[in-house]
Amino acid sequence: MTEAIAPVERIADAHRDIPGGLMPALHAVQEALGHVPEEAVAVLAQAFNRSRAEVHGVLTYYHFFRREAPGRTVVQVCRAESCQACGGEDLLARAEALLGCKAHETRADGAVTLEPVYCLGLCASSPALQIDDKLHARVTPEKLERLLAGVGSAQ
Amino acid sequence: MNAVTVYIPRDAAALAAGADEVADLIAAEAAARGRAVKLVRNGSRGLFWLEPLVEVATPAGRVAYGPVSSDDMRGLFDAGLLEGGAHPLCHGLTEAIPYLARQERLTFARMGVTDPLSLADYEAHEGWAGLKRALTLEPAAIVQEVLDSGLRGRGGAAFPAGIKWKTVAGARAAQKYVVCNADEGDSGTFSDRMTLEGDPFMLIEGMAIAGLAVGATQGYIYIRSEYPHAVAVMREAIARAEAAGFLGENVCHSGKAFRLEVRKAAGAYVCGEETAMLESIEGKRGIVRAKPPLPALQGLFGMPTVINNVISLASVPIILARGSAFYKDYGMGRSRGTLPFQLAGNIRHGGLVEKAFGLTLRELVFDFGGGTRSGRPVKAIQVGGPLGTYVPEAKWDVPLDYEAYAAFGAVLGHGGIVVHDDTADMARLARYAMEFCALESCGKCTPCRIGSTRGVEVIDRITRNERRAEQVILLRDLCDTMLAGSLCAMGGMTPYPVLSALDHWPEDFGVNAPTEQAA
Repeated sequence: MTEAIAPVERIADAHRDIPGGLMPALHAVQEALGHVPEEAVAVLAQAFNRSRAEVHGVLTYYHFFRREAPGRTVVQVCRAESCQACGGEDLLARAEALLGCKAHETRADGAVTLEPVYCLGLCASSPALQIDDKLHARVTPEKLERLLAGVGSAQ
Repeated sequence: MNAVTVYIPRDAAALAAGADEVADLIAAEAAARGRAVKLVRNGSRGLFWLEPLVEVATPAGRVAYGPVSSDDMRGLFDAGLLEGGAHPLCHGLTEAIPYLARQERLTFARMGVTDPLSLADYEAHEGWAGLKRALTLEPAAIVQEVLDSGLRGRGGAAFPAGIKWKTVAGARAAQKYVVCNADEGDSGTFSDRMTLEGDPFMLIEGMAIAGLAVGATQGYIYIRSEYPHAVAVMREAIARAEAAGFLGENVCHSGKAFRLEVRKAAGAYVCGEETAMLESIEGKRGIVRAKPPLPALQGLFGMPTVINNVISLASVPIILARGSAFYKDYGMGRSRGTLPFQLAGNIRHGGLVEKAFGLTLRELVFDFGGGTRSGRPVKAIQVGGPLGTYVPEAKWDVPLDYEAYAAFGAVLGHGGIVVHDDTADMARLARYAMEFCALESCGKCTPCRIGSTRGVEVIDRITRNERRAEQVILLRDLCDTMLAGSLCAMGGMTPYPVLSALDHWPEDFGVNAPTEQAA
């Protein structure tokens, strides 16, 4: 086993006896490593007495789980109805242009990942987006430019 | 001089508008001026166009200022912020703001008033009164109280909560569960989020009462991963309630156990469907189960399970505390009590409006909401989330009532209301509904899994004018199949937004009304 997934063993052990523990375990792995690497699947399958196919199935079913490390900054732009009614689609297109990165993609230099998201629950203050853990509401094109100014620049 | 209490919400929508920065600046400005302030991070009042809404406690009551930005700080202090002084951002006494004063806040009575994680605040505002009364009642009497209140599921299906509880109470099993569905994925809704973040003990109390009523000792709250603040607040609230003896092995010294745990979802919209949610909590892919068996009899881990939405469970404490007759007195027809409506989308005064059933969309969107934020005419209003109907102006005066809405092919759902102005392209929104269904379908049933993808293609052909009249017939056929043949509401209700868009705004599809659509 590679050193990088050592925490997975520990997490699998801590969750194996919890009813329905696979989901919390996957969350814990992603929290620890930033994503759920391929090697984690076998470890979790062993711990939960499930086939690797089943664990793979769970991992890939849910949008939230990442199988690859994201960019250093993750930008999520909401494109659900409420934000669409307030220019959310335009915002996503502008974010693509500003960041030089298509939606669903991580920029080649690994600096930023841009993702559409379906509702951040800020619908009374649309349009909304999230940069890493920080939420932003009532985002105008000008505000977007300000918010993304430092994002994705060289480290 | 005593410290002045200043309230700055910790609600995610307030944070998104800069509440943390405002809180820091108020503390700094007060310190610089040698003034003592006590900052309370309350829940949001739900007047989101005013967030960050800063409230100052004065002898006359709490005075509101908003939306406050960092640039306003010096001016506000110069104007006597800490004494409730006049300023262009001052709205007077918070409780007297018409948007709030005209509401009927039962479930949201404490929202924005208290510190969400203060047990003392909760207790001082009627907290635990429902649980304490429930502990004096036989389980059957608790169920009867909920039945008598007329409470129906607030998640969207509007099934009578009491009947569900009665089924679970009557089932025999070694273990029963109470599961709270907090997978609030509908665009335009945020009342669950506000409750989880702003009044978590209310939900805990409601779930504990449900546990007592049906004989369940374990509860789960399934919260979407897009709500990290809600997950954190709820986990902390559970720990505090447990430490204070309201949860755990011996609830309020009653000898009865009720344990509660938060489970984090992982971004699958369909897990808002109750059986898909159960699969997910069990650690599987969130695939919809066929019914029967009913989850009330064979639910989580195959055991009898009460599944209710956040707002349903959060409505229970006041029903027990004040009695079913009090609650039932609100509302109309078979829609009893109140619904926290959520005004969203292109609207001037977006926010939460809790009112008894029976008011109209026009009152909500114009009297409360003030029309569109863009200032343009309202074109369509989607009621009830992504699977809800686009309601045309002709129906804006129909009372908001489950049956009255069903009568014209619409739903109230979870009370989300998304306003679109006249720049909205209804064909594009219809396409989006199909696209969203294709993205989020669990894949178990064909009408939803395949139908949604075909739906996108058919709508594209209609808008490109490729054999348009024929494709419109095909779209209607497809919607009919999805409506009647899908396993759950995901595929079964996606036709609601699609068909309502086509029926009421055919010109957006390039279709002449009404001859071509008669097919």
